[in-house]
Amino acid sequence: MRLTQGTFSFLPDLDDAQIRAQVEYCLKNGWAVSLEHTDDPHPRNTYWEMFGLPLFDLKDAAAILSLIEECRRTYPNRYIKVNAFDSTRGWEALRLSFIVHRPEAEPRFALVRTEAEGRNLRYTAHPYAALRPAGERY
Amino acid sequence: MDRYQAGVIPYRRMGYWQPDYEPKDTDVLALFRVTPQDGVEPEEAAAAVAGESSTATWTVVWTDRLTACELYRAKAYRVEPVPARPGEYFAYIAYDLDLFEPGSIANLAASIIGNVFGFKAVRALRLEDMRIPLAYLKTFDGPPTGIVVERERLDKFGRPLLGCTVKPKLGLSGKNYGRVVYEALRGGLDFTKDDENINSQPFMHWRDRFLFCMEAVNRAQAATGEVKGHYLNVTAATMEDMYERAEFAKELGSAIIMIDLVVGYTAIQSMSKWARRNNMILHLHRAGHGTYTRQKNHGVSFRVIAKWMRMAGVDHLHAGTVVGKLEGDPNAVQGYYNVLREPHNAVDLRRGLFFEQPWASLRRVMPVASGGIHAGQMHQLLAYLGEDVVLQFGGGTIGHPMGIAAGATANRVALEAMILARNEGRDIWNEGPEILAQAARHCAPLRAALDTWGEVTFDYASTDTPDYAATPTAA
Repeated sequence: MRLTQGTFSFLPDLDDAQIRAQVEYCLKNGWAVSLEHTDDPHPRNTYWEMFGLPLFDLKDAAAILSLIEECRRTYPNRYIKVNAFDSTRGWEALRLSFIVHRPEAEPRFALVRTEAEGRNLRYTAHPYAALRPAGERY
Repeated sequence: MDRYQAGVIPYRRMGYWQPDYEPKDTDVLALFRVTPQDGVEPEEAAAAVAGESSTATWTVVWTDRLTACELYRAKAYRVEPVPARPGEYFAYIAYDLDLFEPGSIANLAASIIGNVFGFKAVRALRLEDMRIPLAYLKTFDGPPTGIVVERERLDKFGRPLLGCTVKPKLGLSGKNYGRVVYEALRGGLDFTKDDENINSQPFMHWRDRFLFCMEAVNRAQAATGEVKGHYLNVTAATMEDMYERAEFAKELGSAIIMIDLVVGYTAIQSMSKWARRNNMILHLHRAGHGTYTRQKNHGVSFRVIAKWMRMAGVDHLHAGTVVGKLEGDPNAVQGYYNVLREPHNAVDLRRGLFFEQPWASLRRVMPVASGGIHAGQMHQLLAYLGEDVVLQFGGGTIGHPMGIAAGATANRVALEAMILARNEGRDIWNEGPEILAQAARHCAPLRAALDTWGEVTFDYASTDTPDYAATPTAA
């Protein structure tokens, strides 16, 4: 399967020039860019691991690109995403978030159904990969 | 003549016309479009509207003198002819804050539009806009979730959300209905939706619909690794039924429920409180609004309904598409969107916003664009409506020649390609068709969608248009 979280997952993987253009768009808007990575891509896994702090003061897209490269080298088998944080009052939230790196293979999610009363079902989805210990998943 | 002598005197002499009145910051302001009967002066018609929407009756009553009646009287303070509409006048009316019950849309509506619309002295009457003072706004809870928190819950940023109303809207069994939901969600949409009139009918009872839809939602979530949702319509005959359905939706783990505008303002506020208590996104379908919002000379403008609904507290509100099959002048629609989404509205006559309106940190409502839109219009939709909107492609998903999932994929690819291009600084308004054609090279479903619908447009003149073409200075 292809995990479709993030703003551009239905497009072919972005190349570095495309990533750079998006980062420049974020910087132009005054947003702080940050990198996160995970080996547990469950849709409710809100807290991916941070790769350093958000780059509040870094205004150089090239430097961010080399950080992405460093993150890829460190975690070649994880999902890596670029976030852009807008601190404007009333937003104070992410404004863009897109995946820039994926593990080579993306196993599916299992869906477990537990039957309850009145034909009710309780659903649990988990990535098959996450059954293995962290660090050995992909 | 004595103001309080028994008998009938003109409204403007009863104190309801006060051209010198300076509205207070705490006044509720209303702008009416008044079409007086022949022989009725516009100031008298405006005063009559002010009177009948506040303290007046048709004749003098001495009991006025037992009250601080000058405070309670609404004051028409300005009347001006509507540009290029002979016989119509804009009447500005100010109401004291104490005329209204805190936190009640029903009370606000009963006051402002309760009695006056059938009044004989006016041939037609339309409530065009309102200014809600901060002091009154703060008595309303507003949207339970709002745009920012909805995006955080769904983990979807930087692009419009994509939805689809299940079609045919009537007649499918629960099992077949859920099939449409599953296909559309796994194909790439974020949401699917019950239509306004899907409640609990012989062909599909509500519990069945909820169970099958949640199976579809959960399967699609597992198939994509992405949060998905289906707006479960809990509209029903009584509040007790609506609460029962909402509770069941919660029990099943649904992220969102929906209601119809026809349930009424009080029921909407009740469901908003329920949604707040239960962390539920509340979608409102504006079913029925066209009966009173569409005609320019009579009724209530949708921009007023949009303001009331942000106060009443809904998270989603259908507000027009501009390019689709339903009524919607571009400027007027952008005015509604601004009312729903901005922290502060400036006067913007071109978009039909007559008053400055601060929103007192009431959360932003996500507007929904639905009705006759397709992937080939993606650049126009994004340019007109921006990125904080749910774009709903019903026929434009389900009618796809390669199937529902392919239709969903076509929409998602078109959207992501357009966002990517916009962020890169490309001129999507002019290069849109080229950007779509480029994206279609790696996406056969998008190619098929463009071949099927690329040329479909709905070019009809709007009936409800703003009265000002360019932006004149507000007098």
